[in-house]
Amino acid sequence: MKANHSSVSVALAGSGGAGVMTAGNMLLEAAAAAGYYGLMTRTSGPQIRGGEAAAMVRVSTFATDAQDDRFQVLAAIDWQNVNRFATELPLGPESILIGDQAHGEPPEVFTKTGARYFPVPLKQLAGQVQGGWPNMIALGVLAGLMGLPAQALEAAINKAMKKGVEAGIAAAKLGLAQAANLDGFKLKEIPAKSSRWLITGNEAAGYGALRGGVRFVAAYPITPATELLEWLSPALTKVGGTLVQAEDELASINMALGASYGGVPALTATSGPGLSLMIEALGLGVTAEVPVVVVDVMRTGPSTGIATKSEQADLNIALYGLHGDAPHIVIAPNSLSDCVAATEWAVGLAESLQVPAIVLSDQYFGQARAVVDVPAFEKKSFHRAKANSNGQPYKRYALTDSGVSPMAIPGTPGITYTADGLEHNERGTPSSQSGDHLAQMEKRARKISQLDPGDAWASIEGEGDVALLTFGSCTGPAREAFARARAEGFDARLVSLRMLAPAQPAKLKQALAGVKRVLVLEQNHSGQFLRYLRSEYELPGEVKSLRRPGPLPFRPEEIYREIVRP
Amino acid sequence: MNAPITSPALTAKDFKSDYKPVWCPGCGDYSVLTAVTKALAMLELRPENVAVVSGIGCSSRIPAYTTCYGFHGVHGRSLPAGTGLKVARPDLTVLVASGDGDGYSIGGNHFLHACRRNVDLTYIVMDNHVYGMTKGQPSPTTEPDWSSKLAPGGTGVREFHPLVIALASGANFIARAFSGDPNGVAALIVEAVRHPGFSFVEVLSPCVTFRPEQRGWKESARPAPVAYTDDPARAARRLMTDDGFNIGVLYKGRRAPFAGLPAAPTHSLADLEGGFRL
Repeated sequence: MKANHSSVSVALAGSGGAGVMTAGNMLLEAAAAAGYYGLMTRTSGPQIRGGEAAAMVRVSTFATDAQDDRFQVLAAIDWQNVNRFATELPLGPESILIGDQAHGEPPEVFTKTGARYFPVPLKQLAGQVQGGWPNMIALGVLAGLMGLPAQALEAAINKAMKKGVEAGIAAAKLGLAQAANLDGFKLKEIPAKSSRWLITGNEAAGYGALRGGVRFVAAYPITPATELLEWLSPALTKVGGTLVQAEDELASINMALGASYGGVPALTATSGPGLSLMIEALGLGVTAEVPVVVVDVMRTGPSTGIATKSEQADLNIALYGLHGDAPHIVIAPNSLSDCVAATEWAVGLAESLQVPAIVLSDQYFGQARAVVDVPAFEKKSFHRAKANSNGQPYKRYALTDSGVSPMAIPGTPGITYTADGLEHNERGTPSSQSGDHLAQMEKRARKISQLDPGDAWASIEGEGDVALLTFGSCTGPAREAFARARAEGFDARLVSLRMLAPAQPAKLKQALAGVKRVLVLEQNHSGQFLRYLRSEYELPGEVKSLRRPGPLPFRPEEIYREIVRP
Repeated sequence: MNAPITSPALTAKDFKSDYKPVWCPGCGDYSVLTAVTKALAMLELRPENVAVVSGIGCSSRIPAYTTCYGFHGVHGRSLPAGTGLKVARPDLTVLVASGDGDGYSIGGNHFLHACRRNVDLTYIVMDNHVYGMTKGQPSPTTEPDWSSKLAPGGTGVREFHPLVIALASGANFIARAFSGDPNGVAALIVEAVRHPGFSFVEVLSPCVTFRPEQRGWKESARPAPVAYTDDPARAARRLMTDDGFNIGVLYKGRRAPFAGLPAAPTHSLADLEGGFRL
């Protein structure tokens, strides 16, 4: 078997308690230990505990946070309800199925793809090791099929298991031996190893928040943002901050505003239903000019939708949900590891412009775990302009050229004021006069419109007269599609927007100069991103929308076909 | 009450701003404003070390009428805003002001959880049994047979009992005041601020515009016949059976307040990165 694969994707499925997630995480750790890049995503049924689940692990010689077109291997501890994941686990004739005859044959939905079936007696083999489990046998089989070395597997098991390490290793080795009899998908040798992290998008966003200076978080549990909060809670304590679990999202955002008014950078994280509840208070942040950041880990909507699965359909509410004219910031990370920098940036912008910022992450980034190169952080200095008494009457909302007015922090003598959601004059006195409304409105608009994000507004790759515009987690498969096209001599432009509000029409115009065909890629049903682009930007040439709702991610192949289409 | 005293004590006047309140002549809230400023002077605080946080409604206009730091937020959310502020800035004295609509209706859920969370702040509710700012609709404390344009003949819905709810939810200090006696209100606020944890002061504050009959409250209000208790069971019996006009401290609990920000970091950001590093 030649080691000629640069990427291998495997899925391990089974019913609740079968340990597929545990094994999937160990496989990812083993790949990392062997020097490869890796990505693990997960899918599960609606049950709180138990129920069918699948760990999807991609191991590659290059960094990616996209799923591949197909899975090379689908292994199942048992086949109960695994057919429900068929659309999420595309297979082909080159794929193989691994299953235990003791649990019957693989469902037809998988065999009809042409995938070949290789039974492995997982349960019986596990029985040969005292304290052995079928998932550890499966782990060994999958690692063996990729050609991961035994030492890497041992290291991963050692790291992950608190007890039963020896049994785990023995069982995994039995699995490795089984794989030796099968045609596998051996990975190429990996070149020199760079400095890397193993991180989820939710952890990355949490870390970005702390880097940005956030020291107060209030939040209400919600899938798929909860892990972000669970990571932040102990981390905040370590850096001298705190997390308050609020009674609901109305409380979360208002607590964050209260803390921020007190001078402590504050954030909350939620998903669509929670963001809907926070909208009124975000308007308060705009009018009272109190910095605050909301990380929205998007899931399928509307309403409760599919709580555990991804979609990019909160773009409209993030951009336009606030009542009144309410200029604010919307940032979208465009890779899993960019969740760090994008969130840090959002905090910096919120603080320096005294405005709410929304970070649009999604379930795909949030709950995926990946091996990533350690991000290179720019040395940016953002801070909140703070006021001190100069003996003059303090004007909290002074009409400055930049629109930003130094903010008094409670405790500072001589410049007390009342932060107000009522329209006000420069001093902060409530006012219902048209002149004050216009002047303050223009001030609030000015500080956003004058913002120059430099190159950070988008990531741009490639040349040529075809351009693809996208944002967020659609960027990963698009990047991979572009790499394939480029490898075949077809260059095109990929523009992935990171700053969605304020819009950057001049910068996009420049990025699209000479373009004849534009593809707009997004994961929602109504084309929210396309409509946004149409209203804020001029798109040259022929425009085609590539969109579908969640939860199925775009595959590089389908994007590639659209790029190279004559 | 943990702000340092840095200068000679101020007078009540020093805590009153030059803004002219939007309240109607005769409104009970004027006296509450006076009481708050007196209490802050009695507590020997400085305006910059006090934050007055409110939601929306007549009573919620109070922050800007003081010389303290103020936060006039959205309807019903004064307690979360005050909670966030106090947790983030434990050095400040935080007063949260509300009314019966803002605090018991739209903000009702936050009331329960603020009581049980027991953050060290003082919650002053000016209760006039009516929505004044929107011109006379029934609130949670309105009598069921009070007729209005929105509910002709009355709502038929029984009143909310804020003090009982506060006790059941874990408030650490419960008092009832009457705005007709500003000095009495001030004394209760002083005691509330000094008591650790969540202190709740319900102030009967008449709306002479939409509930002119509330002028009669001055005849009904009287000092509570017995001293406060620290026994929740006894307090519950008293609160359930009183007629709503017993004035004074009615309950003082002994729960430890919610902790704020830790004093100092123990780790650097680089330490946290170690958790991701391969």
